[in-house]
Amino acid sequence: MTREQIRKTEGFIALALSTLAAFMGLFWLVFILGDVLVHGIKALKLSLFLNDPAPPGVEGGGLRNAFVGQLLITVCATLIGVPVGVLGGTFLAEYARGRGIARIISILSDIMVSVPSIVIGTFIYAVLVRPIGHFNGWAGAVALSIIMIPVVLRTTEDMLSLVPWTLREAAFALGAPYYKVITQVVYRGAATGILTGILLSIARVAGETAPLLFTSFNNSFFSLDMKQPVASLTVTIFQYAMGPYDNWHAQAWAAAFVITVFILLLTITGRLIIRWRYK
Amino acid sequence: MPRTAKKNPVDNIFSLVTAAASFSIILLIIGILYVLVSESSLAIGKFGIWKFLSSTDWDPVKESFGALTNVYGTAFTTLLSLVIAIPVAIGIAIFVTEISPNFLKGPIGAAIELLAAIPSIIYGMWGLFTLSPIMSNHIEPFLKKIFGAVPLVGILFQGTPMGIDILTASVILSIMIIPFTASISRDSFNLTPSVVKESAYAIGATRWEVIKNVVIPYSKLGVFGGIVLSLGRALGETMAVAFVLGNNHRITTSLFDAAATITVTLANEFAEADTDIYLSSLFYLALVLFVMSFITLAIAKFFLLRAEKKYSR
Repeated sequence: MTREQIRKTEGFIALALSTLAAFMGLFWLVFILGDVLVHGIKALKLSLFLNDPAPPGVEGGGLRNAFVGQLLITVCATLIGVPVGVLGGTFLAEYARGRGIARIISILSDIMVSVPSIVIGTFIYAVLVRPIGHFNGWAGAVALSIIMIPVVLRTTEDMLSLVPWTLREAAFALGAPYYKVITQVVYRGAATGILTGILLSIARVAGETAPLLFTSFNNSFFSLDMKQPVASLTVTIFQYAMGPYDNWHAQAWAAAFVITVFILLLTITGRLIIRWRYK
Repeated sequence: MPRTAKKNPVDNIFSLVTAAASFSIILLIIGILYVLVSESSLAIGKFGIWKFLSSTDWDPVKESFGALTNVYGTAFTTLLSLVIAIPVAIGIAIFVTEISPNFLKGPIGAAIELLAAIPSIIYGMWGLFTLSPIMSNHIEPFLKKIFGAVPLVGILFQGTPMGIDILTASVILSIMIIPFTASISRDSFNLTPSVVKESAYAIGATRWEVIKNVVIPYSKLGVFGGIVLSLGRALGETMAVAFVLGNNHRITTSLFDAAATITVTLANEFAEADTDIYLSSLFYLALVLFVMSFITLAIAKFFLLRAEKKYSR
Protein backbone atom coordinates (compact mmCIF):
# COMPACT_ATOMS: atom_id res chain seq x y z
CA MET A 1 0.00 0.00 0.00
CA THR A 2 1.20 3.47 -0.78
CA ARG A 3 1.43 6.08 1.92
CA GLU A 4 -1.62 7.82 0.52
CA GLN A 5 -3.70 4.65 0.70
CA ILE A 6 -2.66 4.07 4.31
CA ARG A 7 -3.74 7.60 5.23
CA LYS A 8 -7.06 7.15 3.49
CA THR A 9 -7.74 3.76 5.10
CA GLU A 10 -6.83 5.11 8.53
CA GLY A 11 -9.23 8.00 8.02
CA PHE A 12 -11.99 5.71 6.81
CA ILE A 13 -11.64 3.42 9.83
CA ALA A 14 -11.62 6.31 12.30
CA LEU A 15 -14.69 7.96 10.77
CA ALA A 16 -16.52 4.64 10.60
CA LEU A 17 -15.82 4.06 14.30
CA SER A 18 -17.13 7.53 15.14
CA THR A 19 -20.31 6.86 13.22
CA LEU A 20 -20.63 3.58 15.06
CA ALA A 21 -20.25 5.45 18.38
CA ALA A 22 -23.08 7.81 17.47
CA PHE A 23 -25.33 4.89 16.62
CA MET A 24 -24.33 3.18 19.84
CA GLY A 25 -25.58 6.23 21.78
CA LEU A 26 -28.86 6.11 19.87
CA PHE A 27 -29.03 2.36 20.43
CA TRP A 28 -28.88 2.78 24.22
CA LEU A 29 -31.55 5.48 24.14
CA VAL A 30 -33.91 3.35 22.06
CA PHE A 31 -33.10 0.24 24.10
CA ILE A 32 -33.80 1.85 27.48
CA LEU A 33 -36.85 3.87 26.43
CA GLY A 34 -38.26 0.96 24.45
CA ASP A 35 -37.85 -1.36 27.40
CA VAL A 36 -39.58 1.06 29.78
CA LEU A 37 -42.32 1.58 27.19
CA VAL A 38 -43.00 -2.13 26.57
CA HIS A 39 -42.96 -3.19 30.21
CA GLY A 40 -44.70 -0.03 31.41
CA ILE A 41 -47.65 -0.05 29.03
CA LYS A 42 -48.25 -3.73 29.76
CA ALA A 43 -48.59 -2.97 33.48
CA LEU A 44 -50.46 0.31 33.12
CA LYS A 45 -53.98 0.02 34.54
CA LEU A 46 -56.49 2.53 35.76
CA SER A 47 -56.46 0.87 39.19
CA LEU A 48 -52.82 1.90 39.50
CA PHE A 49 -53.89 5.52 39.92
CA LEU A 50 -57.03 4.87 41.97
CA ASN A 51 -56.03 2.26 44.57
CA ASP A 52 -53.56 2.28 47.40
CA PRO A 53 -51.03 -0.56 47.70
CA ALA A 54 -52.27 -4.02 48.60
CA PRO A 55 -50.42 -5.90 51.39
CA PRO A 56 -47.16 -7.52 50.18
CA GLY A 57 -47.77 -10.66 48.13
CA VAL A 58 -51.46 -9.91 47.56
CA GLU A 59 -52.46 -9.26 43.94
CA GLY A 60 -54.03 -5.97 42.89
CA GLY A 61 -53.67 -2.63 44.56
CA GLY A 62 -52.20 0.50 43.05
CA LEU A 63 -49.85 3.37 43.74
CA ARG A 64 -52.26 6.23 44.34
CA ASN A 65 -50.38 7.16 47.51
CA ALA A 66 -47.06 7.38 45.63
CA PHE A 67 -48.45 9.45 42.75
CA VAL A 68 -50.05 11.94 45.13
CA GLY A 69 -47.02 11.94 47.44
CA GLN A 70 -44.61 12.55 44.56
CA LEU A 71 -46.75 15.45 43.37
CA LEU A 72 -46.93 16.90 46.87
CA ILE A 73 -43.18 16.72 47.48
CA THR A 74 -42.32 18.09 44.04
CA VAL A 75 -44.77 20.99 44.33
CA CYS A 76 -43.48 21.91 47.80
CA ALA A 77 -39.88 21.68 46.59
CA THR A 78 -40.74 23.96 43.66
CA LEU A 79 -42.43 26.48 45.97
CA ILE A 80 -39.26 26.67 48.10
CA GLY A 81 -36.63 26.34 45.40
CA VAL A 82 -37.96 28.58 42.63
CA PRO A 83 -38.27 31.88 44.58
CA VAL A 84 -34.84 31.44 46.16
CA GLY A 85 -33.29 30.51 42.83
CA VAL A 86 -34.90 33.32 40.83
CA LEU A 87 -34.09 35.98 43.45
CA GLY A 88 -30.53 34.68 43.81
CA GLY A 89 -30.05 34.77 40.04
CA THR A 90 -31.43 38.31 40.02
CA PHE A 91 -28.78 39.43 42.48
CA LEU A 92 -25.98 37.93 40.38
CA ALA A 93 -27.21 39.38 37.09
CA GLU A 94 -28.36 42.79 38.37
CA TYR A 95 -27.12 44.17 41.69
CA ALA A 96 -23.80 42.29 41.69
CA ARG A 97 -23.30 42.28 37.91
CA GLY A 98 -19.61 42.17 37.05
CA ARG A 99 -18.45 41.97 40.67
CA GLY A 100 -16.15 39.24 41.96
CA ILE A 101 -18.73 37.91 44.40
CA ALA A 102 -21.20 37.25 41.56
CA ARG A 103 -18.56 35.25 39.74
CA ILE A 104 -17.71 33.19 42.85
CA ILE A 105 -21.34 32.38 43.64
CA SER A 106 -21.95 31.52 40.01
CA ILE A 107 -19.04 29.06 39.98
CA LEU A 108 -20.07 27.55 43.32
CA SER A 109 -23.63 27.00 42.05
CA ASP A 110 -22.27 25.25 38.99
CA ILE A 111 -20.45 22.91 41.35
CA MET A 112 -23.52 22.49 43.57
CA VAL A 113 -25.55 21.42 40.54
CA SER A 114 -23.43 18.28 40.30
CA VAL A 115 -22.83 17.54 44.00
CA PRO A 116 -24.03 13.98 44.80
CA SER A 117 -27.71 14.17 45.70
CA ILE A 118 -27.33 11.43 48.31
CA VAL A 119 -25.00 13.71 50.31
CA ILE A 120 -27.79 16.29 50.41
CA GLY A 121 -30.05 13.52 51.72
CA THR A 122 -27.69 12.79 54.62
CA PHE A 123 -27.40 16.53 55.36
CA ILE A 124 -31.18 16.96 55.54
CA TYR A 125 -31.45 13.81 57.68
CA ALA A 126 -29.18 15.42 60.25
CA VAL A 127 -30.97 18.77 60.11
CA LEU A 128 -34.66 17.98 59.60
CA VAL A 129 -35.25 14.31 60.37
CA ARG A 130 -33.29 13.39 63.48
CA PRO A 131 -34.23 16.49 65.53
CA ILE A 132 -37.92 15.80 64.77
CA GLY A 133 -37.55 12.11 65.48
CA HIS A 134 -39.10 10.61 62.34
CA PHE A 135 -39.00 10.81 58.55
CA ASN A 136 -41.24 13.51 57.11
CA GLY A 137 -42.41 14.93 53.80
CA TRP A 138 -41.03 18.41 54.41
CA ALA A 139 -37.51 17.02 54.74
CA GLY A 140 -37.88 15.42 51.29
CA ALA A 141 -39.21 18.64 49.79
CA VAL A 142 -36.37 20.71 51.26
CA ALA A 143 -33.79 18.18 50.02
CA LEU A 144 -35.19 18.46 46.48
CA SER A 145 -35.37 22.24 46.70
CA ILE A 146 -31.65 22.34 47.57
CA ILE A 147 -30.98 20.50 44.31
CA MET A 148 -33.26 22.92 42.49
CA ILE A 149 -31.88 26.22 43.77
CA PRO A 150 -28.53 26.22 41.94
CA VAL A 151 -30.17 25.07 38.68
CA VAL A 152 -32.80 27.83 38.74
CA LEU A 153 -30.27 30.39 39.97
CA ARG A 154 -27.86 29.80 37.10
CA THR A 155 -30.50 29.78 34.35
CA THR A 156 -32.07 32.95 35.78
CA GLU A 157 -28.68 34.64 35.83
CA ASP A 158 -28.00 33.64 32.23
CA MET A 159 -31.43 34.67 31.02
CA LEU A 160 -31.35 38.07 32.76
CA SER A 161 -27.91 38.73 31.29
CA LEU A 162 -29.40 38.24 27.81
CA VAL A 163 -31.78 41.18 28.31
CA PRO A 164 -30.09 44.17 26.61
CA TRP A 165 -28.75 46.79 29.02
CA THR A 166 -30.25 49.59 26.91
CA LEU A 167 -33.72 48.34 27.86
CA ARG A 168 -32.89 49.02 31.52
CA GLU A 169 -31.46 52.41 30.67
CA ALA A 170 -34.69 53.34 28.94
CA ALA A 171 -36.60 52.51 32.13
CA PHE A 172 -34.06 54.36 34.33
CA ALA A 173 -34.51 57.41 32.11
CA LEU A 174 -38.17 57.45 33.03
CA GLY A 175 -37.12 57.69 36.67
CA ALA A 176 -37.98 54.13 37.67
CA PRO A 177 -36.10 52.73 40.70
CA TYR A 178 -34.01 49.63 40.03
CA TYR A 179 -36.42 47.17 41.64
CA LYS A 180 -39.21 48.39 39.37
CA VAL A 181 -36.93 48.13 36.37
CA ILE A 182 -36.15 44.53 37.33
CA THR A 183 -39.67 43.38 38.13
CA GLN A 184 -41.47 45.22 35.32
CA VAL A 185 -38.95 45.34 32.51
CA VAL A 186 -36.17 42.78 32.95
CA TYR A 187 -38.35 39.94 34.26
CA ARG A 188 -40.80 40.46 31.39
CA GLY A 189 -38.02 40.33 28.85
CA ALA A 190 -36.61 37.13 30.34
CA ALA A 191 -39.88 35.46 31.39
CA THR A 192 -39.81 32.67 28.83
CA GLY A 193 -36.22 31.81 29.64
CA ILE A 194 -36.77 31.77 33.39
CA LEU A 195 -39.89 29.65 32.99
CA THR A 196 -37.95 27.19 30.86
CA GLY A 197 -35.26 26.99 33.52
CA ILE A 198 -37.95 26.21 36.11
CA LEU A 199 -39.45 23.50 33.89
CA LEU A 200 -36.05 21.88 33.41
CA SER A 201 -35.28 22.05 37.13
CA ILE A 202 -38.59 20.34 37.93
CA ALA A 203 -37.69 17.65 35.41
CA ARG A 204 -34.35 17.30 37.16
CA VAL A 205 -35.74 16.77 40.67
CA ALA A 206 -38.86 14.77 39.77
CA GLY A 207 -36.68 11.72 39.08
CA GLU A 208 -34.46 12.06 42.14
CA THR A 209 -34.49 9.10 44.48
CA ALA A 210 -31.35 9.21 46.60
CA PRO A 211 -32.20 12.41 48.56
CA LEU A 212 -35.65 11.04 49.43
CA LEU A 213 -34.48 7.69 50.81
CA PHE A 214 -33.83 9.01 54.29
CA THR A 215 -35.89 12.18 54.30
CA SER A 216 -39.47 11.58 53.17
CA PHE A 217 -38.81 7.80 53.24
CA ASN A 218 -41.89 5.86 52.16
CA ASN A 219 -45.44 5.28 53.29
CA SER A 220 -47.69 2.35 52.30
CA PHE A 221 -50.78 4.35 53.12
CA PHE A 222 -52.40 7.35 51.52
CA SER A 223 -51.28 10.47 53.36
CA LEU A 224 -51.33 14.19 52.70
CA ASP A 225 -49.59 15.03 55.97
CA MET A 226 -46.18 16.51 55.13
CA LYS A 227 -45.13 16.12 58.77
CA GLN A 228 -45.25 12.34 58.36
CA PRO A 229 -43.41 10.02 55.97
CA VAL A 230 -44.72 10.53 52.43
CA ALA A 231 -44.57 7.95 49.65
CA SER A 232 -42.87 8.93 46.40
CA LEU A 233 -42.85 7.17 43.04
CA THR A 234 -39.10 6.93 42.87
CA VAL A 235 -38.56 5.40 46.31
CA THR A 236 -41.49 3.05 45.62
CA ILE A 237 -39.85 1.97 42.35
CA PHE A 238 -36.62 1.22 44.24
CA GLN A 239 -38.45 -0.79 46.91
CA TYR A 240 -40.73 -2.66 44.49
CA ALA A 241 -38.04 -3.46 41.94
CA MET A 242 -35.76 -4.88 44.62
CA GLY A 243 -38.68 -6.80 46.17
CA PRO A 244 -39.50 -10.46 45.50
CA TYR A 245 -43.00 -10.24 43.96
CA ASP A 246 -43.79 -10.19 40.22
CA ASN A 247 -46.78 -8.01 40.97
CA TRP A 248 -44.45 -5.43 42.52
CA HIS A 249 -42.10 -5.55 39.54
CA ALA A 250 -44.98 -4.88 37.14
CA GLN A 251 -46.13 -1.89 39.18
CA ALA A 252 -42.56 -0.59 39.37
CA TRP A 253 -42.36 -0.69 35.55
CA ALA A 254 -45.67 1.16 35.26
CA ALA A 255 -44.46 3.82 37.69
CA ALA A 256 -41.15 4.05 35.82
CA PHE A 257 -43.08 4.54 32.57
CA VAL A 258 -45.20 7.35 33.98
CA ILE A 259 -42.27 9.21 35.53
CA THR A 260 -40.08 8.82 32.42
CA VAL A 261 -42.81 10.13 30.12
CA PHE A 262 -43.45 13.06 32.46
CA ILE A 263 -39.77 14.01 32.68
CA LEU A 264 -39.05 13.59 28.97
CA LEU A 265 -42.11 15.70 28.07
CA LEU A 266 -40.94 18.47 30.42
CA THR A 267 -37.39 18.30 29.05
CA ILE A 268 -38.44 18.31 25.41
CA THR A 269 -40.91 21.17 26.00
CA GLY A 270 -38.18 23.18 27.73
CA ARG A 271 -35.73 22.61 24.91
CA LEU A 272 -38.25 23.44 22.21
CA ILE A 273 -39.09 26.70 23.96
CA ILE A 274 -35.40 27.61 24.17
CA ARG A 275 -34.90 26.81 20.49
CA TRP A 276 -38.02 28.70 19.45
CA ARG A 277 -37.23 31.76 21.56
CA TYR A 278 -33.46 32.10 21.39
CA LYS A 279 -32.28 30.83 18.02
CA MET B 1 -26.62 50.70 38.05
CA PRO B 2 -27.55 54.37 38.46
CA ARG B 3 -26.68 55.99 41.78
CA THR B 4 -30.17 57.35 42.42
CA ALA B 5 -31.61 53.83 42.42
CA LYS B 6 -29.94 53.03 45.73
CA LYS B 7 -31.79 55.79 47.54
CA ASN B 8 -35.18 54.16 47.18
CA PRO B 9 -36.03 52.23 50.40
CA VAL B 10 -37.96 49.47 48.60
CA ASP B 11 -35.01 49.05 46.33
CA ASN B 12 -32.71 48.57 49.31
CA ILE B 13 -34.96 45.86 50.71
CA PHE B 14 -35.27 44.14 47.33
CA SER B 15 -31.51 44.16 46.81
CA LEU B 16 -30.99 42.70 50.29
CA VAL B 17 -33.52 39.92 49.66
CA THR B 18 -31.89 38.96 46.37
CA ALA B 19 -28.46 39.08 48.00
CA ALA B 20 -29.65 36.78 50.77
CA ALA B 21 -31.07 34.34 48.22
CA SER B 22 -27.83 34.13 46.30
CA PHE B 23 -25.69 33.86 49.43
CA SER B 24 -27.78 30.81 50.35
CA ILE B 25 -25.54 28.85 47.98
CA ILE B 26 -22.44 29.68 50.03
CA LEU B 27 -24.36 29.08 53.24
CA LEU B 28 -25.51 25.68 51.98
CA ILE B 29 -22.00 24.55 51.12
CA ILE B 30 -20.64 25.66 54.49
CA GLY B 31 -23.69 24.19 56.22
CA ILE B 32 -23.33 20.80 54.54
CA LEU B 33 -19.63 20.69 55.37
CA TYR B 34 -20.23 21.73 59.00
CA VAL B 35 -23.08 19.29 59.59
CA LEU B 36 -21.23 16.37 58.01
CA VAL B 37 -18.08 17.07 60.04
CA SER B 38 -19.96 17.44 63.32
CA GLU B 39 -22.11 14.35 62.69
CA SER B 40 -19.07 12.26 61.88
CA SER B 41 -16.97 13.62 64.76
CA LEU B 42 -17.61 10.45 66.78
CA ALA B 43 -16.16 8.29 64.00
CA ILE B 44 -13.36 10.77 63.27
CA GLY B 45 -12.41 10.62 66.95
CA LYS B 46 -12.45 6.84 67.05
CA PHE B 47 -10.87 5.95 63.71
CA GLY B 48 -8.91 9.09 62.81
CA ILE B 49 -8.48 10.18 59.20
CA TRP B 50 -5.75 8.03 57.74
CA LYS B 51 -6.83 4.88 59.58
CA PHE B 52 -10.43 5.28 58.42
CA LEU B 53 -9.40 5.80 54.81
CA SER B 54 -6.98 2.86 54.79
CA SER B 55 -8.98 0.29 56.72
CA THR B 56 -10.93 -2.40 54.86
CA ASP B 57 -13.10 -3.20 57.89
CA TRP B 58 -16.84 -2.68 57.61
CA ASP B 59 -18.28 -4.59 60.50
CA PRO B 60 -21.39 -3.19 62.24
CA VAL B 61 -21.33 -6.02 64.81
CA LYS B 62 -17.77 -5.35 66.01
CA GLU B 63 -18.35 -1.62 65.43
CA SER B 64 -15.20 -1.36 63.36
CA PHE B 65 -15.44 0.78 60.23
CA GLY B 66 -13.12 1.84 57.41
CA ALA B 67 -13.75 3.52 54.10
CA LEU B 68 -11.28 1.71 51.86
CA THR B 69 -13.64 -0.91 50.38
CA ASN B 70 -16.15 1.82 49.54
CA VAL B 71 -13.59 4.24 48.12
CA TYR B 72 -12.07 1.37 46.14
CA GLY B 73 -15.46 0.38 44.73
CA THR B 74 -16.23 3.99 43.83
CA ALA B 75 -12.85 4.47 42.14
CA PHE B 76 -13.03 1.13 40.30
CA THR B 77 -16.53 1.59 38.86
CA THR B 78 -15.94 5.26 38.03
CA LEU B 79 -12.63 4.69 36.22
CA LEU B 80 -13.96 1.68 34.32
CA SER B 81 -17.04 3.63 33.24
CA LEU B 82 -14.79 6.47 32.01
CA VAL B 83 -12.69 4.00 30.02
CA ILE B 84 -15.86 2.77 28.31
CA ALA B 85 -17.52 6.18 27.93
CA ILE B 86 -14.70 8.45 26.70
CA PRO B 87 -14.05 6.83 23.30
CA VAL B 88 -17.77 6.55 22.58
CA ALA B 89 -18.47 10.13 23.69
CA ILE B 90 -15.63 11.58 21.61
CA GLY B 91 -16.75 9.44 18.67
CA ILE B 92 -20.24 10.90 19.00
CA ALA B 93 -18.85 14.44 19.16
CA ILE B 94 -16.73 13.81 16.04
CA PHE B 95 -19.73 12.37 14.21
CA VAL B 96 -22.02 15.25 15.10
CA THR B 97 -19.53 18.01 14.29
CA GLU B 98 -17.56 16.67 11.35
CA ILE B 99 -19.25 13.72 9.66
CA SER B 100 -23.01 13.94 9.99
CA PRO B 101 -25.03 15.67 7.26
CA ASN B 102 -26.49 18.95 8.50
CA PHE B 103 -30.08 17.77 8.83
CA LEU B 104 -29.00 14.98 11.21
CA LYS B 105 -26.83 17.13 13.52
CA GLY B 106 -29.69 18.57 15.56
CA PRO B 107 -31.75 15.40 16.03
CA ILE B 108 -28.79 13.18 16.95
CA GLY B 109 -27.38 15.75 19.36
CA ALA B 110 -30.81 16.15 20.99
CA ALA B 111 -31.30 12.39 21.22
CA ILE B 112 -27.95 11.92 22.96
CA GLU B 113 -28.83 14.71 25.39
CA LEU B 114 -32.14 13.00 26.14
CA LEU B 115 -30.06 10.18 27.62
CA ALA B 116 -29.01 12.67 30.30
CA ALA B 117 -32.63 13.49 31.11
CA ILE B 118 -33.62 9.92 31.95
CA PRO B 119 -33.66 9.66 35.77
CA SER B 120 -30.99 7.47 37.31
CA ILE B 121 -33.54 5.19 38.96
CA ILE B 122 -34.76 4.19 35.50
CA TYR B 123 -31.19 3.29 34.53
CA GLY B 124 -30.88 1.24 37.70
CA MET B 125 -34.13 -0.62 37.18
CA TRP B 126 -33.39 -1.27 33.51
CA GLY B 127 -29.95 -2.47 34.55
CA LEU B 128 -31.39 -4.92 37.07
CA PHE B 129 -34.15 -6.40 34.92
CA THR B 130 -32.74 -6.13 31.39
CA LEU B 131 -29.01 -5.50 31.21
CA SER B 132 -27.92 -7.72 34.08
CA PRO B 133 -29.37 -10.97 32.60
CA ILE B 134 -27.84 -10.13 29.21
CA MET B 135 -24.47 -9.53 30.87
CA SER B 136 -24.52 -12.74 32.92
CA ASN B 137 -25.84 -14.99 30.12
CA HIS B 138 -24.01 -13.69 27.07
CA ILE B 139 -21.42 -10.95 27.42
CA GLU B 140 -19.61 -11.95 30.61
CA PRO B 141 -19.15 -15.69 29.75
CA PHE B 142 -17.88 -14.55 26.35
CA LEU B 143 -15.36 -12.14 27.92
CA LYS B 144 -14.30 -14.84 30.36
CA LYS B 145 -13.68 -17.32 27.56
CA ILE B 146 -11.47 -14.88 25.67
CA PHE B 147 -9.57 -13.12 28.46
CA GLY B 148 -9.90 -15.51 31.41
CA ALA B 149 -6.77 -17.46 30.58
CA VAL B 150 -4.63 -14.50 29.52
CA PRO B 151 -1.96 -13.80 32.14
CA LEU B 152 -2.34 -10.54 34.13
CA VAL B 153 -5.51 -9.40 32.32
CA GLY B 154 -7.13 -12.69 33.33
CA ILE B 155 -7.36 -11.53 36.96
CA LEU B 156 -10.10 -9.14 35.89
CA PHE B 157 -12.25 -11.94 34.50
CA GLN B 158 -12.33 -14.54 37.28
CA GLY B 159 -15.32 -15.97 39.10
CA THR B 160 -18.87 -16.82 38.10
CA PRO B 161 -20.54 -14.14 35.99
CA MET B 162 -23.68 -13.24 37.94
CA GLY B 163 -24.60 -9.95 36.25
CA ILE B 164 -24.73 -8.17 39.63
CA ASP B 165 -21.17 -6.91 39.55
CA ILE B 166 -18.65 -4.16 38.84
CA LEU B 167 -18.80 -4.59 35.05
CA THR B 168 -22.59 -4.21 34.79
CA ALA B 169 -22.56 -1.20 37.11
CA SER B 170 -19.76 0.42 35.09
CA VAL B 171 -21.56 -0.13 31.78
CA ILE B 172 -24.68 1.59 33.16
CA LEU B 173 -22.60 4.43 34.59
CA SER B 174 -20.84 4.85 31.25
CA ILE B 175 -24.18 5.16 29.42
CA MET B 176 -25.18 7.83 31.95
CA ILE B 177 -22.06 9.96 31.53
CA ILE B 178 -21.72 9.68 27.74
CA PRO B 179 -24.11 12.62 27.14
CA PHE B 180 -22.10 14.97 29.40
CA THR B 181 -18.76 14.22 27.80
CA ALA B 182 -20.25 14.14 24.31
CA SER B 183 -22.06 17.45 24.50
CA ILE B 184 -19.14 19.36 26.04
CA SER B 185 -16.74 17.82 23.50
CA ARG B 186 -19.11 18.73 20.67
CA ASP B 187 -19.32 22.33 21.86
CA SER B 188 -15.52 22.52 22.14
CA PHE B 189 -15.03 20.99 18.67
CA ASN B 190 -17.49 23.49 17.23
CA LEU B 191 -15.36 26.36 18.52
CA THR B 192 -12.39 25.44 16.33
CA PRO B 193 -12.13 28.31 13.81
CA SER B 194 -12.93 27.11 10.30
CA VAL B 195 -9.95 29.09 8.96
CA VAL B 196 -7.59 26.80 10.88
CA LYS B 197 -9.36 23.69 9.62
CA GLU B 198 -9.46 24.99 6.07
CA SER B 199 -5.73 25.67 6.06
CA ALA B 200 -5.15 22.06 7.07
CA TYR B 201 -7.40 20.84 4.27
CA ALA B 202 -5.58 23.15 1.88
CA ILE B 203 -2.25 21.44 2.46
CA GLY B 204 -3.87 18.10 1.68
CA ALA B 205 -4.84 16.67 5.06
CA THR B 206 -7.61 14.06 5.10
CA ARG B 207 -10.72 14.68 7.17
CA TRP B 208 -9.49 12.40 9.97
CA GLU B 209 -6.08 14.11 10.00
CA VAL B 210 -7.80 17.47 10.39
CA ILE B 211 -9.79 16.11 13.34
CA LYS B 212 -6.80 14.37 14.90
CA ASN B 213 -4.19 17.08 14.38
CA VAL B 214 -6.20 20.30 14.39
CA VAL B 215 -9.64 19.99 16.02
CA ILE B 216 -8.73 17.75 18.99
CA PRO B 217 -5.51 19.57 19.96
CA TYR B 218 -7.32 22.89 19.65
CA SER B 219 -10.20 21.85 21.90
CA LYS B 220 -8.43 19.54 24.34
CA LEU B 221 -8.93 21.85 27.35
CA GLY B 222 -12.70 21.79 26.95
CA VAL B 223 -12.80 18.06 26.27
CA PHE B 224 -10.66 17.40 29.34
CA GLY B 225 -12.95 19.59 31.44
CA GLY B 226 -15.92 17.61 30.16
CA ILE B 227 -14.26 14.33 31.10
CA VAL B 228 -13.48 15.51 34.64
CA LEU B 229 -17.05 16.79 34.99
CA SER B 230 -18.34 13.34 34.01
CA LEU B 231 -15.95 11.84 36.55
CA GLY B 232 -17.43 14.04 39.27
CA ARG B 233 -20.93 13.04 38.20
CA ALA B 234 -20.09 9.33 38.19
CA LEU B 235 -18.53 9.50 41.68
CA GLY B 236 -21.82 10.55 43.23
CA GLU B 237 -24.22 8.47 41.17
CA THR B 238 -26.38 6.38 43.47
CA MET B 239 -29.50 4.76 42.12
CA ALA B 240 -28.09 3.59 38.79
CA VAL B 241 -25.50 1.46 40.58
CA ALA B 242 -27.45 0.59 43.74
CA PHE B 243 -29.50 -2.00 41.83
CA VAL B 244 -26.67 -3.87 40.17
CA LEU B 245 -23.58 -3.68 42.37
CA GLY B 246 -24.60 -5.92 45.28
CA ASN B 247 -23.38 -4.44 48.54
CA ASN B 248 -20.20 -6.30 49.14
CA HIS B 249 -17.60 -4.78 51.48
CA ARG B 250 -14.52 -6.52 50.15
CA ILE B 251 -11.60 -5.51 47.98
CA THR B 252 -12.13 -7.52 44.82
CA THR B 253 -10.09 -7.72 41.66
CA SER B 254 -12.50 -9.34 39.23
CA LEU B 255 -15.01 -7.42 37.13
CA PHE B 256 -17.48 -10.20 37.92
CA ASP B 257 -17.45 -9.55 41.68
CA ALA B 258 -20.05 -7.62 43.60
CA ALA B 259 -18.69 -4.52 45.33
CA ALA B 260 -19.81 -1.46 47.27
CA THR B 261 -19.41 2.21 46.46
CA ILE B 262 -19.81 5.01 48.99
CA THR B 263 -23.18 5.89 47.51
CA VAL B 264 -24.47 2.31 47.50
CA THR B 265 -23.43 1.81 51.11
CA LEU B 266 -25.22 5.01 52.12
CA ALA B 267 -28.37 4.10 50.18
CA ASN B 268 -28.55 0.60 51.65
CA GLU B 269 -27.45 1.13 55.22
CA PHE B 270 -28.18 4.72 56.26
CA ALA B 271 -31.82 4.23 57.25
CA GLU B 272 -30.96 1.04 59.13
CA ALA B 273 -27.90 2.09 61.11
CA ASP B 274 -28.74 1.20 64.70
CA THR B 275 -25.73 2.37 66.69
CA ASP B 276 -24.30 5.87 67.04
CA ILE B 277 -20.86 4.91 65.79
CA TYR B 278 -22.41 3.12 62.77
CA LEU B 279 -24.43 6.19 61.78
CA SER B 280 -21.46 8.45 62.48
CA SER B 281 -19.26 6.32 60.21
CA LEU B 282 -21.86 6.61 57.45
CA PHE B 283 -21.83 10.39 57.85
CA TYR B 284 -18.04 10.17 57.64
CA LEU B 285 -18.39 8.31 54.32
CA ALA B 286 -20.76 11.00 53.07
CA LEU B 287 -18.18 13.62 54.07
CA VAL B 288 -15.44 11.78 52.15
CA LEU B 289 -17.72 11.62 49.10
CA PHE B 290 -18.65 15.29 49.38
CA VAL B 291 -15.01 16.39 49.56
CA MET B 292 -13.97 14.03 46.72
CA SER B 293 -16.68 15.15 44.34
CA PHE B 294 -16.40 18.83 45.28
CA ILE B 295 -12.67 18.84 44.47
CA THR B 296 -13.23 16.93 41.22
CA LEU B 297 -16.00 19.28 40.11
CA ALA B 298 -13.92 22.32 41.04
CA ILE B 299 -11.06 21.01 38.87
CA ALA B 300 -13.52 20.42 36.01
CA LYS B 301 -14.86 23.94 36.37
CA PHE B 302 -11.30 25.31 36.39
CA PHE B 303 -10.49 23.66 33.06
CA LEU B 304 -13.82 24.62 31.49
CA LEU B 305 -13.30 28.26 32.52
CA ARG B 306 -9.79 28.25 31.10
CA ALA B 307 -11.11 26.74 27.88
CA GLU B 308 -13.81 29.42 27.71
CA LYS B 309 -11.21 32.14 28.17
CA LYS B 310 -8.98 30.67 25.51
CA TYR B 311 -11.74 30.39 22.90
CA SER B 312 -13.24 33.79 23.56
CA ARG B 313 -9.97 35.50 22.63
